[in-house]
Amino acid sequence: MAKELLEGNVAFAEAAVRFGLRAYFGYPITPQSEALEHLSKRMIEEGRVFLQAESELAAINMVYGAACTGVRVMTSTSGPGFSLMEEGFSYIAGSEVPAVIVNMMRGGPGLGNIQPSQGDYFLMTKSAGHGDFHPIVLAPASIQELIDMVGLAFELAEKYRTLVFIAGDGSLGQMMESAELPPMQDLPKERPAWAITGAKGRESKFITSLYLGAENLEAVNLRLQAKLAEIRENEIRWQEYETEDAELLLIAYGIVGRICISALREARNAGLKVGLLRPQTLWPLAEERMAELARQVRGILVAEMSAGQLLEDVQRAVAAKTSVHFYGRLGGVVPMADEIVDKLRELDEETH
Amino acid sequence: MATEIRIPEGMELVYEYPESLAKKDTHYCPGCTHGIVHRLIAEALDDLGVRERTIGIAPVGCSVLAYYYFNVDFVEAAHGRAPAMATGIKRVNPDKIVFTYQGDGDLAAIGTGEIIHAANRGELITTIFINNAIYGMTGGQMAPTTLPGMVTTSTPTGRNCALAGYPIRMSEILAQTEGAVYVTREATTDLASIRKTKKAIKRAFKVQVEGLGFSCVEVVSTCPTNWNLDPWEAMEWAKENMTEYFLLGTYKMTDEVKALKV
Ligand SMILES: Cc1ncc(C[n+]2csc(CCOP(=O)(O)OP(=O)(O)O)c2C)c(N)n1
Ligand code: SF4
Repeated sequence: MAKELLEGNVAFAEAAVRFGLRAYFGYPITPQSEALEHLSKRMIEEGRVFLQAESELAAINMVYGAACTGVRVMTSTSGPGFSLMEEGFSYIAGSEVPAVIVNMMRGGPGLGNIQPSQGDYFLMTKSAGHGDFHPIVLAPASIQELIDMVGLAFELAEKYRTLVFIAGDGSLGQMMESAELPPMQDLPKERPAWAITGAKGRESKFITSLYLGAENLEAVNLRLQAKLAEIRENEIRWQEYETEDAELLLIAYGIVGRICISALREARNAGLKVGLLRPQTLWPLAEERMAELARQVRGILVAEMSAGQLLEDVQRAVAAKTSVHFYGRLGGVVPMADEIVDKLRELDEETH
Repeated sequence: MATEIRIPEGMELVYEYPESLAKKDTHYCPGCTHGIVHRLIAEALDDLGVRERTIGIAPVGCSVLAYYYFNVDFVEAAHGRAPAMATGIKRVNPDKIVFTYQGDGDLAAIGTGEIIHAANRGELITTIFINNAIYGMTGGQMAPTTLPGMVTTSTPTGRNCALAGYPIRMSEILAQTEGAVYVTREATTDLASIRKTKKAIKRAFKVQVEGLGFSCVEVVSTCPTNWNLDPWEAMEWAKENMTEYFLLGTYKMTDEVKALKV
């Protein structure tokens, strides 16, 4: 397929269609409504399911229902809608059915604004609902990566029967960039063995997240934890830029990770030996690699569009092996490369 | 496991478990009408020959474990969200018969939004709505359908409507939606009403088999345990009090539904 100029929201929506999305349920919210609008046309063209729900609460429970029958299903939203979906996330996690959710983060808390933000990091990686679970969280930094991660999200969701979040932000959703969409995939004819399809020629079965009896539920939780351990073992993804000789390390994800590439170039031109670690999965996170690099560098600068959420995980991962600085912009303000370079200079001076 | 039925010699079996009902003892209290309605649903599914393509959605409430009691595929919803889950299931599986089984707290309080919109969209699903005027599972608190003056564990001096609002009549509301084609309120307060309920449930499923629109059967039921009455008194109480406020009858039946042979 040739490259074309694509808007982020349209790109991930169209990618999902091509990766075999069978049903989409959603509720409009800026900055990602273009995805819902695109799918309202495309899914119907393809004879698949599109439904605008009455709320995000309904949308996620529609996703949950469809997921129980073993089809590829997705929804997309932003902060306020994501909060409403938490109930469903917890049930989906407890029921171990695969589902993909795109969160194009916007400024919060509350209604906040519609500017880009990374303020839902805690929500996505640590507290997506009641009970002990972690969804897999993918963090694309370009429209091409966003497209590719839609395919990856479905694969991981099905492989582990888990929730997968794609953590984008308002700028990724609304910017335009040239990228290549995947070819159209055929929909699978069969449903997975665990799916609820009607008790035809077999015993009836059910999907639930209810386990009465403390020991019963503990056993289920231990199984879930074992699965999370397997995911931690196999699915940590990140990219490194010029870390071989780095004395200072930038850590940032998503669009901020991308801005940090420019900051890195500028800093290198100014003679600072800077490297960048850009997590592509926020859960599980490349903590071991961070700890390794912490032994190599003089200091780390974490940059985020939040008040320091990834920061807490970095601090925990590097366990005071090096000094960790932070640069965050809030409320929808996007950090500029030169601001990050200034912070790198400060870090350089302080750790000399 | 349910007790095995042994038929004495020379006698013939005239009443059996419907195939759609699992041969299991339920956890329901003695005299609870959940069990009666389960059986009626199972009979209707058997009659229509749709057991193997049925998917049920259990609610949160006393019937949360309904998936153990039916011999059909099931999923368990979050409190009130069964109609949204049913929507997701039916939309991707239009050949399946999809039904929700919900109590009054589930359908008429926390899940009001989901049921109204599912009905209004004309989702091709069937809802069986158990109205027992109380929150059974959590220990007898006020439900949205608790009658004025009725004592519950959260209205210890009786429901004061000036404070707690009025009992909500869901069948009347659902009947207003364009997408609903069959909405009826029945009861399980005596044999005659149970027979009528059976027919209504069968009609509601037939509506779905024929793809006519959203169908809902509200069943005025009893909760002897939390009403502090014995099963028989509970039925009498429901007949005298509940059906005064919640008038039995069919609130919506389109001509197409009327024409169905049940
Ligand atoms: C979100 C949420 N809130 C509250 C509860 C607690 N809860 C469980 S069942 C129930 C009420 C059920 O009442 P009803 O729907 O009338 O069914 P019944 O038990 O009477 O059959 C409540 C409030 C819950 N499980 N989930
Ligand atoms: S508490 Fe009430 S509704 Fe629940 S099983 Fe007992 S009698 Fe039935």
